[in-house]
Amino acid sequence: MPTVLGRFCRKKPLGAAGGALMLLMVFTAVLAGPLSTHDPIATDAGHTLAPPGSRHWLGSDHLGRDIYSRIIHGARVSLIVGVVSTLFGSVLGGIIGLLSAYVGGKTDLLSQRLLDILQGLPLLVLALVMSAALGPSLTNVIIAISVPIIPRAARVIRSSVLSIREMQYVEAARALGLGHLRLAFRHVMPNTIGPFIVLTTAQLGSAVLVEASLSFLGLGVPEPYPSWGRMLSVSAAEYARNAPWLVLFPGITISLAVFGSNLLGDALRDTLDPRLRGA
Amino acid sequence: MSIVIFGLMRLAPGNIVDILFGSAGYVNEADKQLIMQELGIDRPIWVQYLHWLRDIVSGEMGKSYRYDLPAWQIIKPLIPVTVELAVISTVIAVCLGVPAGVISAVRQDTALDYGLRLLSLAGLSMPSFWLGMVIILTLVAWIGWIPPVTYVPVTENLPIHLVQFLLPGLAVGYRSSALIMRITRSTVLEVLREDYIRTAWAKGQSGRVVIWRHALGNAFLPIVTVIGIEFAFLIGGLVVTETVFNLPGVARFLVQAILWRDYPIVQNLVMFIAIVVILSNLLVDLLYGWLDPRVRFAG
Repeated sequence: MPTVLGRFCRKKPLGAAGGALMLLMVFTAVLAGPLSTHDPIATDAGHTLAPPGSRHWLGSDHLGRDIYSRIIHGARVSLIVGVVSTLFGSVLGGIIGLLSAYVGGKTDLLSQRLLDILQGLPLLVLALVMSAALGPSLTNVIIAISVPIIPRAARVIRSSVLSIREMQYVEAARALGLGHLRLAFRHVMPNTIGPFIVLTTAQLGSAVLVEASLSFLGLGVPEPYPSWGRMLSVSAAEYARNAPWLVLFPGITISLAVFGSNLLGDALRDTLDPRLRGA
Repeated sequence: MSIVIFGLMRLAPGNIVDILFGSAGYVNEADKQLIMQELGIDRPIWVQYLHWLRDIVSGEMGKSYRYDLPAWQIIKPLIPVTVELAVISTVIAVCLGVPAGVISAVRQDTALDYGLRLLSLAGLSMPSFWLGMVIILTLVAWIGWIPPVTYVPVTENLPIHLVQFLLPGLAVGYRSSALIMRITRSTVLEVLREDYIRTAWAKGQSGRVVIWRHALGNAFLPIVTVIGIEFAFLIGGLVVTETVFNLPGVARFLVQAILWRDYPIVQNLVMFIAIVVILSNLLVDLLYGWLDPRVRFAG
């Protein structure tokens, strides 16, 4: 394993940098408590809109809350929403794709048409309608973001299962008299793990972006959880002319997180899926 | 499609009547029932669904709960704003993305290539609404110029109107251009390895003709596909961007209608967006035949 990791770092320095960035984010999220300097939701009427300095490293917002501590704690919400919704959507979509390709025939046709319908809507619009319909809460935001991911995941896994299904080892396993479920999950599924990893890293970035957009519009994770998107919301925009740090730092953090996962995703795709190299 | 959209909207807890009365603070059950009856939301769900379908077919598209007007009447004047913004963003995206992709492919593995690729990846990583906010802030900080807060129609003041659309267009277009650039780069790279390109070089044709005529000509199909797919993403991006730049378009109105639980408006807008996306995909399919004779003859 160390040699694999070392080779990856040498061949894909940018991907490794992205991975390091993601690790840093996870690290921040886990150690949010000791890393932060203030209580992220404590207001301080005496120090509203303070510029970045020794007291508030990245300034404070219109309620006197410390921006740095809020960003650190926001990493928890944004990463949890991003990672859980990506995994949930990809696993569910992956299983649908696996079964639909394995069974084939009318099941395949029907599920494909259903997914076509879901995919006819832009990711953000679907997530927007879903989260509005479900009401704002952490779980609902995760559901709202993972549902639009399902059709995308199903399509990727389906196409790779379609070719795996025809391979000789699957035929051999069937000749041994294995049941369909065992065949699908034990023999076919492990070979879709490459595309699956590529898919999840690629979707992670957009999941974080959608969460930020939802929170920005006030349909995301509710107060008092600090989330990066919420920090940029309308109330921040009002004060931005006098206090640009309100807008600048959370936005940079979102961009860095997504940038990291995109870099890592690209490098992983190049490594695991040589057909798409350079795309 | 229509059933899915309808179903999604009815998942919502609470209805418009509760919200309307919630702000009044005092609720009279009889009044509430009367209003619900008037709006037709006291009837069974499937009746409401059939009514909605009838409204769509008749072209009236239902009635807004909040504005008490046919939905179509409210949506119609908003469409040009969104279309204009979408077109401007797409033009910006193509103008930035295609040349950048070609340059990056021709100069593969040079510093220029890496720089352009990083720039495009950065574009994919930034939330477009944040980019919009930063653009406004920079303008304010550097030139001290504050863009008008309210929407200025073309007829009133052309330059300000243009600036009002160019700024959000840039914010959305930069993001889209990143995807277009990536696909342009990879397809041009692939095409450049083909035999007929070598032949063109061997004939002594200039680099510009080989790259822009011979190579790009054949690389265009995947690029057009991405522009078509991008169009769907673009509409998603517009939702937040129109809100940031305060442009009275369809996308901003969708957000407002969602916050108001104005089902007829939300349903119709989402249906409208879905139709636009499907139509743009159809258009791309039709363009294939026109752009690539091989597709035409095979079909």
